[in-house]
Amino acid sequence: MTGERTKAASCHGGAGATTAQVEIALRVPVVAVAGNPNTGKTTLFNRLTGNRAKVANYPGITVERLEGRAFLPGVATSVRCVDVPGQYSLSARSREEQIALDCVLGLAGEPRPDVVLVVVDGTQLGRNLYLLLQVIELDVPVVVAVNMTDELERDGRVLDAARMERDLGVPVVPVSALAGTGVEVLRQRLADVIAEPARGRPGWRWIPTDTGFLARVDRVAADVPEAWHGGSDRARRALALWALLSIGEDDELEGVPEALRRTSLRAYAEAEEDGEDLDETVIRGRFSWIDARIDDFVREPGRRRVSVTDRIDRVLLHPLLGFVLFLGLMTIVFQSLFSWSDPAIGLVEDAFGHLGAFLEASLPAGFLRDLLVEGIVAGVGGVLVFLPQIALLFLFIALMEGTGYMARVAFLMDRVMRAVGLHGRAFVPMLSGFACAIPAVMATRTMERRRDRLLTMMVVPLMTCSARLPVYVLMIAALYPPGSGGRFRQGLLMAGMYLFSTVTALVAAFVLGRTVLRGPKVPLILEMPPYRMPRVSAVLRTMWDRSAVFVREAGTVILVCTIGRWFLLSFPRETKLPTELEQRVAALETERAQGSSDETLLEERAARLDAEVESARLKQSYAGRLGHAIEPVIAPLGFDWEIGIGLIGAFAAREVFVSTMAVVYGLDEDQDAESDTLRERIRAQERPDGRPVFTPLVCFSLMVFFALACQCMSTIAVVKRETGTWRWPLFLFGYMSVLAWVASFVVFQGGRLLGFE
Amino acid sequence: MHLADVPIDRSARLVVLAGDRAFRRRLMELGLLPGAEVRVVRRAALGGVLELEVRCCRISLRTSEAVRLEVELV
Repeated sequence: MTGERTKAASCHGGAGATTAQVEIALRVPVVAVAGNPNTGKTTLFNRLTGNRAKVANYPGITVERLEGRAFLPGVATSVRCVDVPGQYSLSARSREEQIALDCVLGLAGEPRPDVVLVVVDGTQLGRNLYLLLQVIELDVPVVVAVNMTDELERDGRVLDAARMERDLGVPVVPVSALAGTGVEVLRQRLADVIAEPARGRPGWRWIPTDTGFLARVDRVAADVPEAWHGGSDRARRALALWALLSIGEDDELEGVPEALRRTSLRAYAEAEEDGEDLDETVIRGRFSWIDARIDDFVREPGRRRVSVTDRIDRVLLHPLLGFVLFLGLMTIVFQSLFSWSDPAIGLVEDAFGHLGAFLEASLPAGFLRDLLVEGIVAGVGGVLVFLPQIALLFLFIALMEGTGYMARVAFLMDRVMRAVGLHGRAFVPMLSGFACAIPAVMATRTMERRRDRLLTMMVVPLMTCSARLPVYVLMIAALYPPGSGGRFRQGLLMAGMYLFSTVTALVAAFVLGRTVLRGPKVPLILEMPPYRMPRVSAVLRTMWDRSAVFVREAGTVILVCTIGRWFLLSFPRETKLPTELEQRVAALETERAQGSSDETLLEERAARLDAEVESARLKQSYAGRLGHAIEPVIAPLGFDWEIGIGLIGAFAAREVFVSTMAVVYGLDEDQDAESDTLRERIRAQERPDGRPVFTPLVCFSLMVFFALACQCMSTIAVVKRETGTWRWPLFLFGYMSVLAWVASFVVFQGGRLLGFE
Repeated sequence: MHLADVPIDRSARLVVLAGDRAFRRRLMELGLLPGAEVRVVRRAALGGVLELEVRCCRISLRTSEAVRLEVELV
């Protein structure tokens, strides 16, 4: 396909085109794709790039975007397509909003686009044209794609693209990104404008006439840096407007020259003194131009599509029914993460278990085999095991975003979540956190503001994830020996742990939102897009992209941590076993050699002895030494150094605590929390002075510790990935560790003071 | 009269748009300029959020912030 197109181009080209092609070949042309949110921009982007686009980050910031290659007729090389964040306007207050301008002009490390493709929603032109006018004013070559033409047609509305083209002065192409119609024409028009940029640069549409206003604009324009306007007077004035509307006393913009900032603020203040609101003048100017023409662009005798959406919303946003349906949907999401993903998780675990066993059996024993089996294979398995839950959660998120329901979630939940300072949409990640923090942290990306995302990420790991359950089950079993009839109380205690974690997370959100993550109160202004059917391929793509990003970017950290943990637990390798144990091993060897006693009995003894040797090795490993080292810190919580080894092991994943404790107590590591042997062994453990290790108070203290501590390197890895810095994962680890220590201290020491044991 | 007091399904004309600059600018850029017509579509459960129709588009605002929009019924 690609080859054909290039060939065809060179056939039709002729001598003149060849020089143009050589020039273009020197530099890959860049197409920036801009548009309001919910215009089908991403779908069109995927159409243009043939679904080969990749998820990338904007330079220096953790906002994601798509990037890909597209082929245009007559352009020798493929062109580079970059995504501009979906916004209603280019004016900005935050650094994140500022990226849109950077993308359009090629500032701050962005490539300078050869053409800006502005995607507008044909069913909502009245609002969408505003951004288009801003881009045209900047004097960059523009091509417009009017999307959703299939919906216009269905509603009996008629789009007059020729009229739009005449009035706007730029190429206008009606498309349906969903059906794929008009995309080939669009390619042609993009190629035309790349070859002849003047076709897409008609100059300002809205011409201000007020001389006083123009004088103010020109004074600001004088301070617009050359690098921004590139010698164009139109762009210089357009950027003056951008500065006037964007720069404020409390903006968070970057790279704005001091002179421009000063003049702009002064001009705005002076206008204010004269009773003029510059924001309103500019915005009204553009909208007046649009309003004078909008009825010529789309003639609408037919009914509005809104009516379909209205009927759906009458149910989904019903004060009572809407709430019930939302909670029902959330139950399904939670169930799928909590139990439906189990078979797939089991499959991954089994596959890597078998692979490990196979390698162990077929490779010679030694350092390399252990590194491969216990470090690398276990580590890769430990990464991939998250994929079923990530894929499932993003299946639901893609459906909710694709249909337009996600906007309604904030509408429904804002009142509830705002009470603790969280975004209405934070409900989805918080709930997912009950299954696993990893997909939940990734789900925070449905919120636009960084502060909302950060706050949710900082509290989601407090929710009772499923990895904590084995630890709770074991501790609760230790509290209530069999026959003590504590079934009801066991259930109550488990429910109490869930309640405890939820309350803690909400309180933490309340406190963090007013301290560390305090920010200006941002009003909720929420677009409620019409309901639409999402494309299956788009949903699958979201699931795939999120999984791929997780494996690529969080996976490495998790892998390194797994290898590190294996190292701590297995080294040094040449340890000296206690003399008594060595004698028993030697005695067994002799008996074996003689072949005197019962075979099966001998094997059983050998297995028990092996476990004891493993236990001795573990206690002398670096992890064991660390356990001793941290004992002074954890002793006030009621934990001894052996529990300390379990805590270090649990850093890989909380449930590892169970198998690590099994090894510490001389059982084989296949024990799970339901194992009676392990439960008995736990109950039987004694301190040197003969008191039991796991008193009820210690069990409580340990459960509280696991509820609050950030014992999960995968969470840290995924927070690092989502925030793009080590600062927030380290803060998360720090505050949760301190919280866990203090709470366990209060439980254990307070309990002792009250006379409990 | 404040926008928050407009009954459901009634249209009103925006007279004064108060509030801080960013809030006003964002609403105006969505087409909610003084003089524009706005219809109240529905209220969320618990009454925290208000759905509006402006320029054929739907947007939602918090009731607590909608009181900054002074309107007159049409």
